Amino acid sequence: MQNKNPVIAKVLNVLVFLFLYLPIAVLIVFSFNDSKSRTVWSGFSLHWYQELFQDEEILSAFSTTLTVSVLAALIATVLGTAAAIGFHSMKRRPRHLLLTINNIPMTNADIITGVSLMLLFVFTGNLLGFSLGFGTLLVAHITFNIPYVVLAVLPKLRQLNPNLGEAAMDLGATPWQAFWKVLMPELRPGILNGLLIAFTLSIDDFVISYFTAGSEVATLAMQIYAMTRKRISPEVNALSTILFITVLALLLIVNFREMHQTKQAEKRNKALQKDGVKGGAK
Amino acid sequence: MSKELIRLRNICMAFDDEQVLDNINLYFNDSEFLTLLGPSGCGKTTTLRIIGGFTTPTSGDVIFDGVRINDVPPHKRQINTVFQKYALFPHLDVFENIAFGLRIAKVPEAEIRERVTEMLGVVSLKGFEKRRVDQLSGGQQQRVAIARALVNRPKVLLLDEPLGALDLRLRKDMQNELKRIQQQMGITFIYVTHDQEEALTMSDTVVVMDKGRIQQIGTPEDIYNEPKNAFVADFIGESNILDGIMHEDYVVEFFNRKFKCLDKGFAPMEPVDVVIRPEDIEIVPADKGRLVGTVTSVTFKGVHYDTIVDFKGYKWLIQTTDYHEVGEVIGIILNPDDIHIMKKSEYSGLFGDYSSYSAEYDEINDPDFAEEDEEDADDED
Repeated sequence: MQNKNPVIAKVLNVLVFLFLYLPIAVLIVFSFNDSKSRTVWSGFSLHWYQELFQDEEILSAFSTTLTVSVLAALIATVLGTAAAIGFHSMKRRPRHLLLTINNIPMTNADIITGVSLMLLFVFTGNLLGFSLGFGTLLVAHITFNIPYVVLAVLPKLRQLNPNLGEAAMDLGATPWQAFWKVLMPELRPGILNGLLIAFTLSIDDFVISYFTAGSEVATLAMQIYAMTRKRISPEVNALSTILFITVLALLLIVNFREMHQTKQAEKRNKALQKDGVKGGAK
Repeated sequence: MSKELIRLRNICMAFDDEQVLDNINLYFNDSEFLTLLGPSGCGKTTTLRIIGGFTTPTSGDVIFDGVRINDVPPHKRQINTVFQKYALFPHLDVFENIAFGLRIAKVPEAEIRERVTEMLGVVSLKGFEKRRVDQLSGGQQQRVAIARALVNRPKVLLLDEPLGALDLRLRKDMQNELKRIQQQMGITFIYVTHDQEEALTMSDTVVVMDKGRIQQIGTPEDIYNEPKNAFVADFIGESNILDGIMHEDYVVEFFNRKFKCLDKGFAPMEPVDVVIRPEDIEIVPADKGRLVGTVTSVTFKGVHYDTIVDFKGYKWLIQTTDYHEVGEVIGIILNPDDIHIMKKSEYSGLFGDYSSYSAEYDEINDPDFAEEDEEDADDED
């Protein structure tokens, strides 16, 4: 059935990709436009990028985004890794239950997560005397990052020989030493993947940030939104382009790393099987 | 006599509601090669893990060199382990794997170099220092695991089915190798296996376990020649096990005939289990035999024929180098030392009947299989 009409299939494919990516392409192209027009091309220029880097508000939003992304990614990675190790050592039933709970925020609509976190922060803020701001923004980001880190680290844990930690302790390592000297090197690729994913998610998050940052703090995504409401300037195009390219690059890195790791694991498995045969011939 | 090194006193172990070990009492002598032998789920690995410190018994004492060590964590015990699947450290090369324990103990670099090199010699892996462990064959990984444990000069080495993943040929080589290493190092080896042949080949002492209880402790010869109950008789080698009645010392009755035997100390007319090893039975022409039966099946096994003979509806396995064809009527003779008498036990009547004989013997149940299947199922979801 798929081969019945290859031409139509191809055309449809192209249309789908055009529909998805043409707006972004137009946005990128017009970010280099010389004039203020959003419809007429009047020559190549980096003018809007220069503007961008002189805009105080944008620079501040940029530094907020970077700070919150780095901090949230790092903290979520530590917590998520610890959680993954905890899940892994659990019995089947409680583990499944907790993993499901872990997965809910990922499928949940961002707006629900955002609003509910905001309500929580406002409520506890009233009790404890703090208001929405950088702190609540950071906590929100950590919260939505953790499930992704858990999912990145768990497969590595499953690949581990279950006796590895015991072997290290058997040889005199304290549980702490066993973790750092033996488990950590094995988990590192998964942990790094988790860190990158968390960072990417934080950088381009809008909805949850919008509800939890309060009125004083803004991230880049929030800044773009605000700009489109106030005055429509091609600066928005430039800023969006930067954000798009950054996130795209990060996603590419994550995907290439994962592909590479899968290949590596396959190679290792093949080598092991071959060795088994060799051992037999000996 | 060598001195006692480890003692397990009244060890009980339960996971959730499942009783895994039921009152284990056992001691291990210095420089002895002791094997815990039993089918999967008999508690042998749990016993090993209790000695290694990875599992804390529900009750009972673990005594090491006169000191109770129940609460001593694994990294503080003078005991090292060779794990079932080696558990080598994949990110370290052969040299660093073996040096791991010494580096943790902050041994000076020069001494590390010397001791690791010495161990590489002991396990015949000189020249492999810089290899990655995933580039080694199964047998070589096994040797690295042994060297990694022994380099720390433990008083006891625990081995958990270390040869289970190797093929038959390599396994035989490693059996000899392990025995040689044990004698060379002069330390205690506690070895866990479900392979009875492996246990008989290597051990000074064999401990047969089933259902969390010790069934018999003895030298390989004792275990084979004087099994304590039907389980041991059946698990170690092949056995014909029949119901008998002990009339008096040295006289046992089965198949309504009285036979002379070498056993005594039973109550008069006590019901007993009679064990007759298939290789001890002598086949003679029908008119000269004490018992007469008909051959129902013959299987060529290389060294001998497995011959199934029907005696009044009860089938025996006889191993003989002479060929007797199916349908032939033969007689057998039993000498007093061919007959071994055991007390009745919970295992009576469960083993030693060849009525449903298959040429494959009993499938050895590999504990790995079931466990791995479960893990795989686990991973998929």
